[in-house]
Amino acid sequence: LALGAAALTVLPFRVNAAAEDRIAEFTGGADMGEGGLTLTAPEIAENGNTVPIEVSAPGATAILVLAMGNPTPGVAQFNFGPLAAAQSASTRIRLAGTQDVVAIAKMADGSFVKASSTVKVTIGGCGG
Amino acid sequence: GNWSRLAAQQALTQDQLLEFDTFGNLTLIHITDIHAQLMPIYFREPEVNLGIGAAKGQMPHVTGADFRRFYGIEDGSPSAYALTYNDFSSLARAYGRVGGMDRVATVVNAIRADRPDALLLDGGDTWHGSYTCFHTEGQDVVNVMNALKPDAMTFHWEFTLGTDRVTELVESLPFASLGQNIFDAEWDEPSELFKPYKFFERGGVKVAVIGQAFPYMPIANPGWMFPEFSFGIREENMQAMVDEVRAEGAEVVVVLSHNGFDVDKKMAGRVTGIDVILSGHTHDALPEPVLVEQTYVIASGSNGKFVSRVDLDIRDGRMMGLKHKLIPIFSDVIAPDPQVTALINAQREPHIDQLREVIGRTADDALLYRRGNFNGTWDDLICDALISERDADIAMSPGVRWGPSILPGQEITREDIWNVTSMSYGAAYRTEMTGEFLHVVLEDVGDNLFNPDPYYQQGGDMVRVGGLGYRIDVTKPQGERISDMTLLKTGEKIDPAKNYVVAGWASVNEGTEGPQIWDVVENHIRKLGTVNVTPNTSVEVVGA
Amino acid sequence: MASGVKPRVKVPKSAAAGEAITIKTLISHAMESGQRKDKEGNVIPRSIINRFTCEFNGQSVIDITMEPAISTNPYFQFEATVPEAGEFAFTWYDDDGSVYNDNKSITIA
Ligand SMILES: [Mn+2]
Ligand SMILES: [Mn+2]
Repeated sequence: LALGAAALTVLPFRVNAAAEDRIAEFTGGADMGEGGLTLTAPEIAENGNTVPIEVSAPGATAILVLAMGNPTPGVAQFNFGPLAAAQSASTRIRLAGTQDVVAIAKMADGSFVKASSTVKVTIGGCGG
Repeated sequence: GNWSRLAAQQALTQDQLLEFDTFGNLTLIHITDIHAQLMPIYFREPEVNLGIGAAKGQMPHVTGADFRRFYGIEDGSPSAYALTYNDFSSLARAYGRVGGMDRVATVVNAIRADRPDALLLDGGDTWHGSYTCFHTEGQDVVNVMNALKPDAMTFHWEFTLGTDRVTELVESLPFASLGQNIFDAEWDEPSELFKPYKFFERGGVKVAVIGQAFPYMPIANPGWMFPEFSFGIREENMQAMVDEVRAEGAEVVVVLSHNGFDVDKKMAGRVTGIDVILSGHTHDALPEPVLVEQTYVIASGSNGKFVSRVDLDIRDGRMMGLKHKLIPIFSDVIAPDPQVTALINAQREPHIDQLREVIGRTADDALLYRRGNFNGTWDDLICDALISERDADIAMSPGVRWGPSILPGQEITREDIWNVTSMSYGAAYRTEMTGEFLHVVLEDVGDNLFNPDPYYQQGGDMVRVGGLGYRIDVTKPQGERISDMTLLKTGEKIDPAKNYVVAGWASVNEGTEGPQIWDVVENHIRKLGTVNVTPNTSVEVVGA
Repeated sequence: MASGVKPRVKVPKSAAAGEAITIKTLISHAMESGQRKDKEGNVIPRSIINRFTCEFNGQSVIDITMEPAISTNPYFQFEATVPEAGEFAFTWYDDDGSVYNDNKSITIA
């Protein structure tokens, strides 16, 4: 039980205007489809300060990752060069609370696809 | 009347408990969650164990008379005493204590006499939970368990000994330490210390045992004590391991798991190719396996109270049949193994005066127990101790599932107090929380228990509270379950904006300060002398 | 310049020509988000690694723009094609203008 830290904040999920702006900047306002992009994230974060995620979109030129419930939603943009053997990458990110992580891939033909995954960030439980 | 009926049932014999028609060609022996209980104890099974969503009304979420009806268990019978909570105090007087690793050794030896190459598998939560375990950092339990010659083990509370100590002990073990989901946190690669699986040749059969450690270790326990490791369910890797061992010729695949029962059921339905899951963590004791698709899930209780014997018939690389018995360890019926008794005594001897010191006693109608989804009487007593000794408005105590029971009119020793409080992060903190934050805490822990998706159920029972009443609707989503929070000492509604003084223990945060909880409880019991128990009516549960 | 910054990379020593290999990188860095406050209540200024690149013999494998939501000690794993023997160049760009490099050569087996 993670008590004793009254300063801990648990932000509710909220869609941030800044996230909408960031998406528009990346897609130029184009429609986003589904499929062809996999975002892998844990059901529950072991630690909200370091949540492992993986994005994979065969044939993409770039993938944008956003944390929709963070105070600032930007996480990273992966730009794949000619020697990328796969358009995939893994990293570790900070999540300020339970929220949706969103990935948007720009495909070689200029189209966009989107995927999202909810990650629960918990104060903690007590083991059995 | 009642007494003569019970007296008659005391005619229970060791042979009856061990009776088993040997079946097939392979025997598994499963023990789990002993929580360092080397000695016989009393352990009351839960009265409240709610299943949510698809698990509602399904095993193990059935208790008391419904449980007895489901399995055809007679009221007042040995099985009723071992598996359900009703009439616990009187049945405990009739049937005596349960467990004791010297009795477990006798059972293991008897099974091995029948099937010499039986596999003994320990599901973890072994090196935690007693005075001597704390003071020897798990060495006492390791010494005793090694004498039973296990073949493999997986892990949970062991990690709360810290990375250095858990590494040292694991490296010393003369058997396999397994966990396909234990990864090196820095590079996200399988841990070198723990192997995902081990092959055994037994009964002419190639057996693969895959380990599954507790998936939510850094959430339910202090991650700062073992930052080098990462866990998770890692279902895809489990499937990859099953496929790998099958490709290498495994004729039967056994998962030694510390997932908890509902997580194991979900995993059994999603990962193909597992024959048997030996389930741990949620401390359920079920007299029959639960079949999910093609996988049998077996729950073997806790605190040394049970041993499961599972006989399998493996032919042509397939499991053709299974026979199972959950053997209750009635410690007055099963003769202790003298060598293991001597070994246990040797572990206890340096601490014996500390262990035996009597701190107080229970009143003639006061039963102390813990297990159950909500407050138990042990937790109520601990919360009272926190409020009184730390001068707080509200107390919080973790919803752990371990901790033996104390009968009415029984002496409470220092050992008994440590059995329900011992841990490596036992500081009893005192802090201020707003009413809003208290609500967030209850909602958060409530979702860890009552989320309808088992993969989101990551730990223990509901946090226990003292000085605070609330209503919980277990069917609602997070944020809407908890209402009517009341400060009991004034009867006022909790004000979201107001600060309350909260005392608690078992914080997962590094640097938590305060006296150790066992000292807080000891001081409180010493002052009380005799412990009385008043029924806790301050938690109202709806939707069950 | 941030103190104690140390890059580490895991690259196989050799590969078949045209093979895809997995690369893992870590760099020890606090990644101060610019959202935390010190004990006096003053905002601790942002100081992060804001870009990471991996090139092989001068050609891009991956180029990552990073924001404060990337965890302390940034970690990346990705796949690279190895067309010939040569050298991987890894570069991390710090907010404070510092640039950290690591190189790994690979042979064709
Ligand atoms: Mn346990
Ligand atoms: Mn456990």
